[in-house]
Amino acid sequence: MKTYNFDESYIADVPGEKEITAKDVQVFYGDNHAIFNANLKFLRNKVTSLIGASGSGKSTFLRCLNRMNDRIATVKGEIDYQGTNINSKNVNVYEVRKQIGMVFQRPNPFAKSIRENMTFALKENGIKSKDKLEERIESSLKEAALWDEVKDELDKSALALSGGQQQRLCIARAIAMRPNILLLDEPCSALDPISTLKIEETVVRLKENYTIIIVTHNMGQATRISDYTAFFHLGHVIEYDATKNIFENPSMQATSDYISGDFG
Amino acid sequence: MNPKRVNNIATGVIFALVGIVVAILLFLIGYILFNGVPNISWKFLTTSAQAFSSGGGIRDQLFNSLYLLVLTLILSFPIALGAGIYLAEYAPDNWVTNLIRTTIEVLSSLPSVVVGLFGYLFLVIQLQLSFSILSGAIALTFFNLPLLTRSIEESLNSVSSLQKEAGKSLGLSDWKTITKILLPVALPGILTGVILSAGRVFGEAAALIYTAGQSAPAVNYGNWNFLDPTSFLNPMRPAETLAVHIWKVNTESVTPDAHLISSASSAVLIIVILIFNLGARYLGNHLYKKMTATK
Ligand SMILES: Nc1ncnc2c1ncn2[C@@H]1O[C@H](COP(=O)(O)OP(=O)(O)OP(=O)(O)O)[C@@H](O)[C@H]1O
Ligand SMILES: [Mg+2]
Repeated sequence: MKTYNFDESYIADVPGEKEITAKDVQVFYGDNHAIFNANLKFLRNKVTSLIGASGSGKSTFLRCLNRMNDRIATVKGEIDYQGTNINSKNVNVYEVRKQIGMVFQRPNPFAKSIRENMTFALKENGIKSKDKLEERIESSLKEAALWDEVKDELDKSALALSGGQQQRLCIARAIAMRPNILLLDEPCSALDPISTLKIEETVVRLKENYTIIIVTHNMGQATRISDYTAFFHLGHVIEYDATKNIFENPSMQATSDYISGDFG
Repeated sequence: MNPKRVNNIATGVIFALVGIVVAILLFLIGYILFNGVPNISWKFLTTSAQAFSSGGGIRDQLFNSLYLLVLTLILSFPIALGAGIYLAEYAPDNWVTNLIRTTIEVLSSLPSVVVGLFGYLFLVIQLQLSFSILSGAIALTFFNLPLLTRSIEESLNSVSSLQKEAGKSLGLSDWKTITKILLPVALPGILTGVILSAGRVFGEAAALIYTAGQSAPAVNYGNWNFLDPTSFLNPMRPAETLAVHIWKVNTESVTPDAHLISSASSAVLIIVILIFNLGARYLGNHLYKKMTATK
Protein backbone atom coordinates (compact mmCIF):
# COMPACT_ATOMS: atom_id res chain seq x y z
CA MET A 1 0.00 0.00 0.00
CA LYS A 2 1.25 3.46 -0.76
CA THR A 3 1.83 5.62 2.25
CA TYR A 4 0.60 9.17 2.40
CA ASN A 5 1.34 11.99 4.77
CA PHE A 6 -1.69 12.38 6.98
CA ASP A 7 -0.63 15.77 8.26
CA GLU A 8 -1.79 17.20 5.02
CA SER A 9 -5.40 17.37 4.08
CA TYR A 10 -7.54 19.61 1.99
CA ILE A 11 -10.79 20.67 3.62
CA ALA A 12 -12.55 23.23 1.46
CA ASP A 13 -14.51 25.94 3.22
CA VAL A 14 -17.81 25.16 1.56
CA PRO A 15 -20.16 28.12 1.32
CA GLY A 16 -23.75 27.86 2.55
CA GLU A 17 -25.98 27.37 5.53
CA LYS A 18 -24.59 24.65 7.74
CA GLU A 19 -26.74 21.94 9.26
CA ILE A 20 -24.32 19.86 11.27
CA THR A 21 -20.61 20.27 11.93
CA ALA A 22 -18.04 17.82 13.22
CA LYS A 23 -15.20 19.45 15.13
CA ASP A 24 -12.06 17.47 15.99
CA VAL A 25 -14.01 14.24 16.13
CA GLN A 26 -11.97 11.22 17.18
CA VAL A 27 -13.26 7.70 17.64
CA PHE A 28 -11.73 4.81 19.55
CA TYR A 29 -12.82 1.20 19.62
CA GLY A 30 -10.96 0.31 22.78
CA ASP A 31 -7.33 0.88 21.77
CA ASN A 32 -8.12 1.00 18.09
CA HIS A 33 -8.03 4.62 16.94
CA ALA A 34 -10.59 4.58 14.14
CA ILE A 35 -11.12 8.28 13.36
CA PHE A 36 -8.46 11.00 13.69
CA ASN A 37 -9.56 14.61 14.01
CA ALA A 38 -12.39 14.80 11.54
CA ASN A 39 -13.48 18.36 10.81
CA LEU A 40 -16.41 18.49 8.45
CA LYS A 41 -19.23 20.91 7.85
CA PHE A 42 -22.38 19.59 6.21
CA LEU A 43 -24.68 21.97 4.37
CA ARG A 44 -28.45 22.15 4.67
CA ASN A 45 -30.50 20.61 1.84
CA LYS A 46 -27.43 19.22 0.16
CA VAL A 47 -26.28 15.68 -0.42
CA THR A 48 -22.80 14.90 0.85
CA SER A 49 -21.04 11.62 0.02
CA LEU A 50 -18.48 9.92 2.19
CA ILE A 51 -16.14 7.79 0.10
CA GLY A 52 -13.03 5.77 0.86
CA ALA A 53 -11.72 2.25 0.99
CA SER A 54 -13.17 -0.45 3.19
CA GLY A 55 -12.20 0.07 6.82
CA SER A 56 -11.39 3.75 6.34
CA GLY A 57 -13.92 4.75 8.98
CA LYS A 58 -16.87 6.05 6.94
CA SER A 59 -19.50 4.11 8.86
CA THR A 60 -17.81 4.85 12.13
CA PHE A 61 -17.88 8.56 11.40
CA LEU A 62 -21.46 8.53 10.13
CA ARG A 63 -22.66 6.77 13.25
CA CYS A 64 -21.21 9.53 15.40
CA LEU A 65 -23.60 12.00 13.88
CA ASN A 66 -26.67 10.50 15.56
CA ARG A 67 -24.99 8.89 18.53
CA MET A 68 -25.33 5.35 17.21
CA ASN A 69 -21.83 4.66 18.54
CA ASP A 70 -22.98 5.01 22.13
CA ARG A 71 -21.83 2.01 24.17
CA ILE A 72 -19.89 0.73 21.13
CA ALA A 73 -17.09 3.25 20.77
CA THR A 74 -15.64 6.28 22.53
CA VAL A 75 -16.30 9.44 20.55
CA LYS A 76 -14.34 12.59 21.40
CA GLY A 77 -14.77 16.06 20.01
CA GLU A 78 -17.79 18.16 19.23
CA ILE A 79 -20.72 17.68 16.93
CA ASP A 80 -22.57 20.89 16.53
CA TYR A 81 -26.19 20.61 15.49
CA GLN A 82 -28.35 23.72 15.60
CA GLY A 83 -26.06 25.33 18.13
CA THR A 84 -25.86 22.37 20.54
CA ASN A 85 -23.02 19.94 20.93
CA ILE A 86 -24.93 16.69 20.53
CA ASN A 87 -21.87 14.69 21.45
CA SER A 88 -22.12 15.81 25.06
CA LYS A 89 -23.23 13.47 27.80
CA ASN A 90 -26.34 15.31 28.91
CA VAL A 91 -27.94 15.49 25.49
CA ASN A 92 -31.15 13.50 25.00
CA VAL A 93 -29.95 10.90 22.50
CA TYR A 94 -33.47 9.73 21.67
CA GLU A 95 -34.37 13.24 20.59
CA VAL A 96 -31.16 13.45 18.55
CA ARG A 97 -31.97 10.23 16.72
CA LYS A 98 -35.49 11.38 15.98
CA GLN A 99 -34.12 14.45 14.27
CA ILE A 100 -31.24 12.67 12.60
CA GLY A 101 -32.54 9.51 10.96
CA MET A 102 -30.49 6.65 9.63
CA VAL A 103 -30.75 3.96 6.98
CA PHE A 104 -28.35 1.01 7.07
CA GLN A 105 -26.42 -1.02 4.56
CA ARG A 106 -28.62 -4.08 4.93
CA PRO A 107 -32.37 -3.38 4.85
CA ASN A 108 -33.71 -3.87 8.37
CA PRO A 109 -37.49 -3.56 8.42
CA PHE A 110 -39.13 -4.78 11.61
CA ALA A 111 -40.72 -8.23 11.49
CA LYS A 112 -44.10 -6.55 11.38
CA SER A 113 -46.54 -5.37 8.75
CA ILE A 114 -45.61 -2.55 6.39
CA ARG A 115 -48.09 -0.33 8.19
CA GLU A 116 -46.66 -1.10 11.63
CA ASN A 117 -43.15 -0.51 10.34
CA MET A 118 -44.23 2.98 9.44
CA THR A 119 -46.29 3.76 12.52
CA PHE A 120 -44.49 1.98 15.34
CA ALA A 121 -42.04 4.72 16.24
CA LEU A 122 -44.61 7.44 15.53
CA LYS A 123 -47.05 5.92 18.00
CA GLU A 124 -44.30 5.60 20.57
CA ASN A 125 -43.77 9.31 20.11
CA GLY A 126 -47.33 10.13 20.94
CA ILE A 127 -48.90 10.46 17.50
CA LYS A 128 -52.16 8.64 18.10
CA SER A 129 -54.62 10.19 15.66
CA LYS A 130 -55.51 7.69 12.99
CA ASP A 131 -55.87 10.32 10.28
CA LYS A 132 -52.50 11.76 11.05
CA LEU A 133 -50.87 8.34 11.02
CA GLU A 134 -52.51 7.46 7.71
CA GLU A 135 -51.37 10.73 6.25
CA ARG A 136 -47.80 10.12 7.46
CA ILE A 137 -47.76 6.61 6.01
CA GLU A 138 -48.94 7.78 2.63
CA SER A 139 -46.77 10.85 2.31
CA SER A 140 -43.63 9.12 3.52
CA LEU A 141 -44.10 6.09 1.30
CA LYS A 142 -44.69 8.45 -1.62
CA GLU A 143 -41.53 10.39 -0.83
CA ALA A 144 -39.61 7.13 -0.80
CA ALA A 145 -41.19 6.10 -4.11
CA LEU A 146 -42.78 2.99 -2.65
CA TRP A 147 -46.42 3.96 -2.27
CA ASP A 148 -47.66 2.71 -5.62
CA GLU A 149 -46.12 -0.69 -5.06
CA VAL A 150 -47.49 -1.33 -1.59
CA LYS A 151 -50.58 0.79 -1.13
CA ASP A 152 -52.93 -2.18 -1.47
CA GLU A 153 -51.05 -4.46 0.90
CA LEU A 154 -50.03 -2.36 3.84
CA ASP A 155 -50.93 -5.14 6.24
CA LYS A 156 -48.59 -7.60 4.60
CA SER A 157 -45.36 -8.49 6.37
CA ALA A 158 -42.55 -6.12 5.46
CA LEU A 159 -40.23 -9.11 5.23
CA ALA A 160 -42.17 -10.30 2.19
CA LEU A 161 -40.97 -7.29 0.18
CA SER A 162 -37.98 -7.46 -2.14
CA GLY A 163 -34.64 -6.14 -0.91
CA GLY A 164 -34.99 -2.90 -2.84
CA GLN A 165 -38.52 -2.38 -1.58
CA GLN A 166 -37.42 -3.13 1.96
CA GLN A 167 -34.70 -0.53 1.68
CA ARG A 168 -37.14 2.08 0.39
CA LEU A 169 -39.44 1.11 3.26
CA CYS A 170 -36.58 1.79 5.65
CA ILE A 171 -36.08 5.19 4.05
CA ALA A 172 -39.81 5.87 4.32
CA ARG A 173 -39.80 4.74 7.93
CA ALA A 174 -36.92 7.11 8.68
CA ILE A 175 -38.51 10.10 6.99
CA ALA A 176 -41.88 9.40 8.60
CA MET A 177 -40.25 10.76 11.76
CA ARG A 178 -39.79 14.05 9.89
CA PRO A 179 -36.08 14.28 10.68
CA ASN A 180 -33.89 17.15 9.54
CA ILE A 181 -30.97 15.00 8.52
CA LEU A 182 -30.90 11.60 6.88
CA LEU A 183 -27.81 9.43 7.24
CA LEU A 184 -27.51 6.66 4.66
CA ASP A 185 -24.82 4.00 5.09
CA GLU A 186 -24.29 2.32 1.72
CA PRO A 187 -28.04 2.00 1.20
CA CYS A 188 -27.68 0.45 -2.24
CA SER A 189 -24.88 -2.03 -1.69
CA ALA A 190 -27.26 -4.97 -1.40
CA LEU A 191 -29.46 -3.91 -4.31
CA ASP A 192 -29.70 -4.48 -8.04
CA PRO A 193 -29.05 -1.60 -10.50
CA ILE A 194 -32.72 -0.79 -10.99
CA SER A 195 -33.50 -0.58 -7.29
CA THR A 196 -30.30 1.43 -6.92
CA LEU A 197 -31.47 3.95 -9.50
CA LYS A 198 -34.81 4.28 -7.75
CA ILE A 199 -33.09 5.01 -4.46
CA GLU A 200 -30.77 7.50 -6.11
CA GLU A 201 -33.74 9.34 -7.60
CA THR A 202 -35.39 9.27 -4.20
CA VAL A 203 -32.32 10.75 -2.54
CA VAL A 204 -32.08 13.56 -5.04
CA ARG A 205 -35.75 14.38 -4.53
CA LEU A 206 -35.46 14.18 -0.76
CA LYS A 207 -32.76 16.81 -0.53
CA GLU A 208 -35.39 19.49 -1.02
CA ASN A 209 -36.55 18.75 2.49
CA TYR A 210 -33.66 17.01 4.18
CA THR A 211 -29.94 17.25 4.59
CA ILE A 212 -28.47 14.00 3.38
CA ILE A 213 -25.15 12.35 4.18
CA ILE A 214 -24.50 9.13 2.32
CA VAL A 215 -21.69 6.60 2.49
CA THR A 216 -21.03 4.96 -0.83
CA HIS A 217 -18.46 2.75 -2.52
CA ASN A 218 -19.85 3.61 -5.89
CA MET A 219 -18.05 6.61 -7.40
CA GLY A 220 -20.66 6.91 -10.11
CA GLN A 221 -23.29 7.19 -7.45
CA ALA A 222 -21.34 9.86 -5.61
CA THR A 223 -21.02 11.95 -8.78
CA ARG A 224 -24.64 11.44 -9.77
CA ILE A 225 -26.30 12.38 -6.52
CA SER A 226 -24.01 14.35 -4.25
CA ASP A 227 -23.12 18.02 -4.09
CA TYR A 228 -20.14 17.55 -1.78
CA THR A 229 -17.81 14.67 -1.15
CA ALA A 230 -15.46 13.75 1.67
CA PHE A 231 -12.69 11.25 1.09
CA PHE A 232 -11.65 9.06 4.04
CA HIS A 233 -8.43 7.10 4.27
CA LEU A 234 -7.35 5.02 7.29
CA GLY A 235 -9.42 7.10 9.67
CA HIS A 236 -8.33 10.47 8.28
CA VAL A 237 -10.43 12.87 6.27
CA ILE A 238 -8.05 13.51 3.41
CA GLU A 239 -10.12 15.79 1.30
CA TYR A 240 -13.47 17.53 1.38
CA ASP A 241 -14.80 19.63 -1.45
CA ALA A 242 -17.54 20.02 -4.02
CA THR A 243 -18.10 16.65 -5.67
CA LYS A 244 -17.12 18.07 -9.05
CA ASN A 245 -13.74 19.19 -7.75
CA ILE A 246 -13.06 15.92 -5.97
CA PHE A 247 -13.64 13.86 -9.08
CA GLU A 248 -12.32 16.21 -11.75
CA ASN A 249 -9.62 18.09 -10.00
CA PRO A 250 -8.65 16.60 -6.63
CA SER A 251 -6.18 18.50 -4.52
CA MET A 252 -4.59 15.56 -2.73
CA GLN A 253 -2.50 12.79 -4.25
CA ALA A 254 -4.31 10.13 -2.19
CA THR A 255 -7.70 11.27 -3.47
CA SER A 256 -6.59 11.26 -7.03
CA ASP A 257 -5.08 7.79 -6.65
CA TYR A 258 -8.26 6.48 -5.04
CA ILE A 259 -10.67 7.77 -7.64
CA SER A 260 -8.48 6.65 -10.49
CA GLY A 261 -8.26 3.19 -8.95
CA ASP A 262 -4.49 3.43 -8.56
CA PHE A 263 -4.61 2.82 -4.85
CA GLY A 264 -2.48 0.52 -2.77
CA MET B 1 -14.52 -42.80 -3.07
CA ASN B 2 -16.33 -40.26 -5.10
CA PRO B 3 -18.32 -37.47 -3.43
CA LYS B 4 -21.61 -38.92 -4.52
CA ARG B 5 -20.91 -42.20 -2.83
CA VAL B 6 -19.72 -40.52 0.34
CA ASN B 7 -22.87 -38.48 0.34
CA ASN B 8 -25.05 -41.54 -0.11
CA ILE B 9 -23.36 -43.37 2.72
CA ALA B 10 -23.58 -40.35 5.03
CA THR B 11 -27.24 -39.89 4.22
CA GLY B 12 -27.87 -43.55 4.85
CA VAL B 13 -26.15 -43.48 8.22
CA ILE B 14 -28.04 -40.36 9.25
CA PHE B 15 -31.34 -41.90 8.24
CA ALA B 16 -30.53 -45.04 10.17
CA LEU B 17 -29.69 -43.05 13.29
CA VAL B 18 -32.85 -40.98 13.01
CA GLY B 19 -34.75 -44.22 12.48
CA ILE B 20 -33.39 -45.63 15.73
CA VAL B 21 -34.37 -42.52 17.68
CA VAL B 22 -37.86 -42.51 16.20
CA ALA B 23 -38.27 -46.24 16.79
CA ILE B 24 -37.32 -45.97 20.46
CA LEU B 25 -39.66 -43.05 20.88
CA LEU B 26 -42.56 -44.75 19.15
CA PHE B 27 -41.98 -47.91 21.10
CA LEU B 28 -41.99 -46.11 24.44
CA ILE B 29 -45.00 -43.94 23.75
CA GLY B 30 -46.80 -46.79 22.04
CA TYR B 31 -46.14 -49.12 24.93
CA ILE B 32 -47.39 -46.64 27.50
CA LEU B 33 -50.46 -45.70 25.52
CA PHE B 34 -51.23 -49.28 24.56
CA ASN B 35 -51.13 -50.42 28.16
CA GLY B 36 -52.71 -47.35 29.64
CA VAL B 37 -55.43 -46.05 27.36
CA PRO B 38 -57.76 -49.06 27.73
CA ASN B 39 -57.79 -48.41 31.46
CA ILE B 40 -58.68 -44.73 31.18
CA SER B 41 -62.31 -44.01 31.79
CA TRP B 42 -64.31 -40.93 32.58
CA LYS B 43 -64.72 -42.26 36.08
CA PHE B 44 -60.97 -42.71 36.41
CA LEU B 45 -60.43 -39.06 35.52
CA THR B 46 -63.15 -37.70 37.78
CA THR B 47 -62.95 -39.63 41.03
CA SER B 48 -60.42 -39.32 43.77
CA ALA B 49 -57.79 -41.89 44.59
CA GLN B 50 -58.43 -44.82 46.91
CA ALA B 51 -55.86 -45.84 49.45
CA PHE B 52 -56.87 -49.46 50.08
CA SER B 53 -59.61 -50.52 47.70
CA SER B 54 -59.55 -50.73 43.94
CA GLY B 55 -61.35 -48.41 41.51
CA GLY B 56 -59.65 -45.20 42.57
CA GLY B 57 -59.25 -42.30 40.14
CA ILE B 58 -56.74 -39.51 39.66
CA ARG B 59 -58.89 -36.39 39.61
CA ASP B 60 -56.96 -34.58 42.34
CA GLN B 61 -53.54 -35.63 41.12
CA LEU B 62 -54.30 -34.49 37.60
CA PHE B 63 -55.55 -31.16 38.79
CA ASN B 64 -52.56 -30.77 41.13
CA SER B 65 -50.14 -31.36 38.28
CA LEU B 66 -51.79 -28.68 36.18
CA TYR B 67 -52.09 -26.24 39.05
CA LEU B 68 -48.48 -26.80 40.00
CA LEU B 69 -47.44 -26.09 36.44
CA VAL B 70 -49.36 -22.83 36.40
CA LEU B 71 -47.93 -21.72 39.73
CA THR B 72 -44.41 -22.69 38.71
CA LEU B 73 -44.68 -20.76 35.48
CA ILE B 74 -46.12 -17.73 37.28
CA LEU B 75 -43.13 -17.80 39.61
CA SER B 76 -40.39 -18.66 37.16
CA PHE B 77 -41.36 -17.02 33.88
CA PRO B 78 -41.10 -13.36 34.96
CA ILE B 79 -37.78 -13.97 36.68
CA ALA B 80 -36.43 -15.92 33.73
CA LEU B 81 -37.66 -13.26 31.32
CA GLY B 82 -35.88 -10.54 33.26
CA ALA B 83 -32.71 -12.58 33.58
CA GLY B 84 -32.78 -13.64 29.93
CA ILE B 85 -33.25 -10.07 28.73
CA TYR B 86 -30.47 -8.91 31.00
CA LEU B 87 -28.03 -11.56 29.83
CA ALA B 88 -28.86 -11.12 26.16
CA GLU B 89 -29.07 -7.36 25.93
CA TYR B 90 -27.56 -5.59 28.89
CA ALA B 91 -24.91 -7.76 30.53
CA PRO B 92 -21.39 -6.53 29.83
CA ASP B 93 -19.04 -9.19 28.57
CA ASN B 94 -16.95 -9.70 31.72
CA TRP B 95 -16.21 -12.22 34.45
CA VAL B 96 -19.30 -11.33 36.50
CA THR B 97 -21.53 -12.22 33.58
CA ASN B 98 -19.59 -15.41 32.98
CA LEU B 99 -19.97 -16.29 36.65
CA ILE B 100 -23.74 -15.80 36.36
CA ARG B 101 -23.87 -18.04 33.31
CA THR B 102 -21.83 -20.75 35.04
CA THR B 103 -24.04 -20.55 38.12
CA ILE B 104 -27.10 -21.01 35.96
CA GLU B 105 -25.56 -24.02 34.31
CA VAL B 106 -24.69 -25.57 37.66
CA LEU B 107 -28.23 -24.96 38.85
CA SER B 108 -29.60 -26.75 35.81
CA SER B 109 -27.55 -29.85 36.48
CA LEU B 110 -28.43 -30.30 40.15
CA PRO B 111 -29.98 -33.72 40.79
CA SER B 112 -33.65 -33.34 41.51
CA VAL B 113 -33.39 -35.24 44.78
CA VAL B 114 -30.95 -32.64 46.02
CA VAL B 115 -33.28 -29.82 45.06
CA GLY B 116 -36.11 -31.73 46.76
CA LEU B 117 -34.20 -32.17 49.99
CA PHE B 118 -33.09 -28.57 49.92
CA GLY B 119 -36.72 -27.57 49.39
CA TYR B 120 -37.73 -29.76 52.29
CA LEU B 121 -35.19 -28.34 54.72
CA PHE B 122 -35.44 -24.74 53.62
CA LEU B 123 -38.98 -24.19 52.39
CA VAL B 124 -40.96 -26.80 54.27
CA ILE B 125 -39.13 -26.67 57.61
CA GLN B 126 -37.25 -23.39 57.82
CA LEU B 127 -39.79 -21.12 56.17
CA GLN B 128 -42.64 -23.22 57.52
CA LEU B 129 -44.41 -23.45 54.19
CA SER B 130 -45.16 -27.11 55.08
CA PHE B 131 -45.80 -29.70 52.37
CA SER B 132 -47.63 -27.50 49.92
CA ILE B 133 -48.10 -26.67 46.28
CA LEU B 134 -46.24 -23.46 46.95
CA SER B 135 -43.18 -25.31 48.30
CA GLY B 136 -43.35 -27.57 45.27
CA ALA B 137 -43.67 -24.67 42.87
CA ILE B 138 -40.68 -22.89 44.41
CA ALA B 139 -38.57 -26.04 44.24
CA LEU B 140 -39.55 -26.55 40.60
CA THR B 141 -38.74 -22.92 39.92
CA PHE B 142 -35.13 -23.78 40.74
CA PHE B 143 -35.21 -26.30 37.91
CA ASN B 144 -37.13 -24.13 35.59
CA LEU B 145 -35.12 -20.95 35.89
CA PRO B 146 -31.95 -22.14 34.17
CA LEU B 147 -33.80 -23.75 31.30
CA LEU B 148 -36.11 -20.82 30.73
CA THR B 149 -33.43 -18.18 31.19
CA ARG B 150 -31.18 -19.93 28.73
CA SER B 151 -33.88 -20.34 26.12
CA ILE B 152 -34.99 -16.72 26.45
CA GLU B 153 -31.41 -15.47 26.24
CA GLU B 154 -30.66 -17.61 23.21
CA SER B 155 -33.88 -16.71 21.43
CA LEU B 156 -33.16 -13.03 21.93
CA ASN B 157 -29.58 -13.44 20.76
CA SER B 158 -30.75 -15.14 17.61
CA VAL B 159 -32.76 -12.09 16.59
CA SER B 160 -30.70 -10.11 14.11
CA SER B 161 -28.87 -7.16 15.63
CA LEU B 162 -30.08 -5.18 12.63
CA GLN B 163 -33.54 -5.09 14.19
CA LYS B 164 -32.11 -3.57 17.32
CA GLU B 165 -30.20 -0.95 15.35
CA ALA B 166 -33.37 -0.10 13.48
CA GLY B 167 -35.20 0.56 16.73
CA LYS B 168 -32.30 2.56 18.11
CA SER B 169 -32.02 4.71 15.00
CA LEU B 170 -35.68 5.68 15.27
CA GLY B 171 -35.14 7.12 18.72
CA LEU B 172 -36.75 4.22 20.56
CA SER B 173 -35.41 3.32 23.98
CA ASP B 174 -33.62 0.00 24.39
CA TRP B 175 -36.46 -1.24 26.54
CA LYS B 176 -39.10 -0.46 23.90
CA THR B 177 -36.99 -2.05 21.21
CA ILE B 178 -36.43 -5.19 23.26
CA THR B 179 -39.99 -5.66 24.41
CA LYS B 180 -41.86 -4.61 21.30
CA ILE B 181 -39.51 -5.51 18.46
CA LEU B 182 -37.17 -8.26 19.59
CA LEU B 183 -39.39 -10.28 21.92
CA PRO B 184 -42.13 -10.94 19.35
CA VAL B 185 -39.52 -12.28 16.95
CA ALA B 186 -38.01 -14.39 19.72
CA LEU B 187 -41.38 -15.78 20.76
CA PRO B 188 -41.21 -19.22 19.09
CA GLY B 189 -37.87 -19.97 20.74
CA ILE B 190 -39.10 -18.79 24.12
CA LEU B 191 -42.16 -20.96 23.72
CA THR B 192 -40.04 -24.01 23.09
CA GLY B 193 -38.31 -23.31 26.39
CA VAL B 194 -41.64 -23.02 28.18
CA ILE B 195 -42.86 -26.28 26.67
CA LEU B 196 -39.69 -28.13 27.61
CA SER B 197 -39.81 -26.85 31.14
CA ALA B 198 -43.50 -27.70 31.41
CA GLY B 199 -42.74 -31.29 30.43
CA ARG B 200 -40.19 -31.36 33.18
CA VAL B 201 -42.66 -30.03 35.74
CA PHE B 202 -45.25 -32.64 34.75
CA GLY B 203 -42.76 -35.43 34.93
CA GLU B 204 -40.89 -34.45 38.09
CA ALA B 205 -41.39 -36.67 41.10
CA ALA B 206 -38.27 -36.76 43.27
CA ALA B 207 -38.20 -33.05 44.06
CA LEU B 208 -41.91 -32.97 44.76
CA ILE B 209 -42.08 -35.86 47.18
CA TYR B 210 -40.24 -33.72 49.72
CA THR B 211 -41.94 -30.43 48.95
CA ALA B 212 -45.46 -30.75 47.60
CA GLY B 213 -45.93 -33.95 49.59
CA GLN B 214 -47.47 -37.30 48.85
CA SER B 215 -51.01 -36.77 49.93
CA ALA B 216 -53.96 -35.37 48.06
CA PRO B 217 -56.48 -34.24 50.66
CA ALA B 218 -60.05 -33.84 49.49
CA VAL B 219 -60.65 -30.37 48.15
CA ASN B 220 -63.76 -28.55 47.11
CA TYR B 221 -63.70 -27.64 43.40
CA GLY B 222 -66.51 -25.15 43.90
CA ASN B 223 -64.61 -23.07 46.42
CA TRP B 224 -62.77 -20.32 44.59
CA ASN B 225 -61.46 -18.60 47.70
CA PHE B 226 -57.81 -19.53 47.44
CA LEU B 227 -57.22 -18.59 51.09
CA ASP B 228 -59.67 -21.21 52.31
CA PRO B 229 -57.94 -24.49 53.27
CA THR B 230 -60.56 -26.56 51.49
CA SER B 231 -60.37 -24.59 48.25
CA PHE B 232 -58.86 -26.35 45.27
CA LEU B 233 -56.90 -23.17 44.58
CA ASN B 234 -55.29 -23.00 48.01
CA PRO B 235 -51.54 -23.03 47.34
CA MET B 236 -50.76 -23.98 50.94
CA ARG B 237 -52.29 -27.44 50.87
CA PRO B 238 -50.23 -30.57 50.25
CA ALA B 239 -50.65 -31.80 46.73
CA GLU B 240 -49.61 -35.11 45.30
CA THR B 241 -49.10 -34.79 41.56
CA LEU B 242 -49.67 -37.38 38.89
CA ALA B 243 -45.99 -38.27 38.61
CA VAL B 244 -45.66 -38.64 42.37
CA HIS B 245 -48.84 -40.71 42.36
CA ILE B 246 -47.39 -43.08 39.78
CA TRP B 247 -44.29 -43.47 41.88
CA LYS B 248 -46.36 -44.04 45.02
CA VAL B 249 -48.75 -46.66 43.70
CA ASN B 250 -45.78 -48.53 42.35
CA THR B 251 -43.78 -48.50 45.56
CA GLU B 252 -45.94 -48.34 48.63
CA SER B 253 -49.52 -48.62 47.60
CA VAL B 254 -51.72 -51.48 48.81
CA THR B 255 -54.53 -51.00 46.31
CA PRO B 256 -55.16 -54.21 44.38
CA ASP B 257 -55.29 -52.38 41.03
CA ALA B 258 -52.02 -50.48 41.46
CA HIS B 259 -50.75 -51.74 38.15
CA LEU B 260 -53.80 -50.55 36.25
CA ILE B 261 -53.69 -47.17 37.95
CA SER B 262 -50.06 -46.56 37.21
CA SER B 263 -50.30 -47.55 33.56
CA ALA B 264 -53.42 -45.47 33.03
CA SER B 265 -51.85 -42.54 34.88
CA SER B 266 -48.75 -42.73 32.74
CA ALA B 267 -50.87 -42.62 29.62
CA VAL B 268 -52.80 -39.64 30.95
CA LEU B 269 -49.53 -37.89 31.79
CA ILE B 270 -48.25 -38.35 28.25
CA ILE B 271 -51.52 -37.23 26.71
CA VAL B 272 -51.65 -34.12 28.88
CA ILE B 273 -48.09 -33.21 27.98
CA LEU B 274 -48.94 -33.70 24.33
CA ILE B 275 -52.05 -31.54 24.59
CA PHE B 276 -50.10 -28.85 26.41
CA ASN B 277 -47.36 -29.01 23.81
CA LEU B 278 -49.70 -28.69 20.84
CA GLY B 279 -51.85 -26.09 22.55
CA ALA B 280 -48.87 -23.93 23.44
CA ARG B 281 -47.52 -24.17 19.90
CA TYR B 282 -50.87 -23.30 18.41
CA LEU B 283 -51.29 -20.33 20.68
CA GLY B 284 -47.70 -19.26 20.11
CA ASN B 285 -48.01 -19.47 16.35
CA HIS B 286 -51.19 -17.49 16.46
CA LEU B 287 -49.57 -14.77 18.57
CA TYR B 288 -46.43 -14.79 16.45
CA LYS B 289 -48.36 -14.35 13.24
CA LYS B 290 -50.41 -11.62 14.74
CA MET B 291 -47.41 -9.72 16.05
CA THR B 292 -45.20 -10.14 13.03
CA ALA B 293 -47.90 -9.92 10.35
CA THR B 294 -46.72 -13.13 8.70
CA LYS B 295 -49.40 -15.25 7.15
N1 LIG C 1 -18.04 -2.44 16.25
C1 LIG C 1 -16.72 -2.33 16.09
N2 LIG C 1 -15.88 -2.74 17.04
C2 LIG C 1 -14.54 -2.61 16.89
N3 LIG C 1 -13.95 -2.08 15.82
C3 LIG C 1 -14.73 -1.65 14.82
C4 LIG C 1 -16.16 -1.75 14.90
N4 LIG C 1 -16.69 -1.23 13.77
C5 LIG C 1 -15.63 -0.84 13.02
N5 LIG C 1 -14.47 -1.08 13.65
C6 LIG C 1 -13.12 -0.76 13.13
O1 LIG C 1 -13.10 0.58 12.78
C7 LIG C 1 -12.42 0.79 11.55
C8 LIG C 1 -13.32 1.52 10.57
O2 LIG C 1 -14.43 0.70 10.28
P1 LIG C 1 -15.70 1.24 9.50
O3 LIG C 1 -16.73 0.18 9.59
O4 LIG C 1 -16.05 2.56 10.00
O5 LIG C 1 -15.15 1.34 8.03
P2 LIG C 1 -15.93 1.69 6.68
O6 LIG C 1 -15.18 2.79 6.04
O7 LIG C 1 -17.36 1.91 6.96
O8 LIG C 1 -15.72 0.36 5.86
P3 LIG C 1 -16.72 -0.35 4.83
O9 LIG C 1 -16.60 0.40 3.56
O10 LIG C 1 -16.17 -1.74 4.71
O11 LIG C 1 -18.09 -0.31 5.42
C9 LIG C 1 -12.00 -0.58 11.07
O12 LIG C 1 -10.66 -0.75 11.42
C10 LIG C 1 -12.84 -1.54 11.87
O13 LIG C 1 -12.15 -2.71 12.15
MG1 LIG D 1 -19.18 0.84 6.47
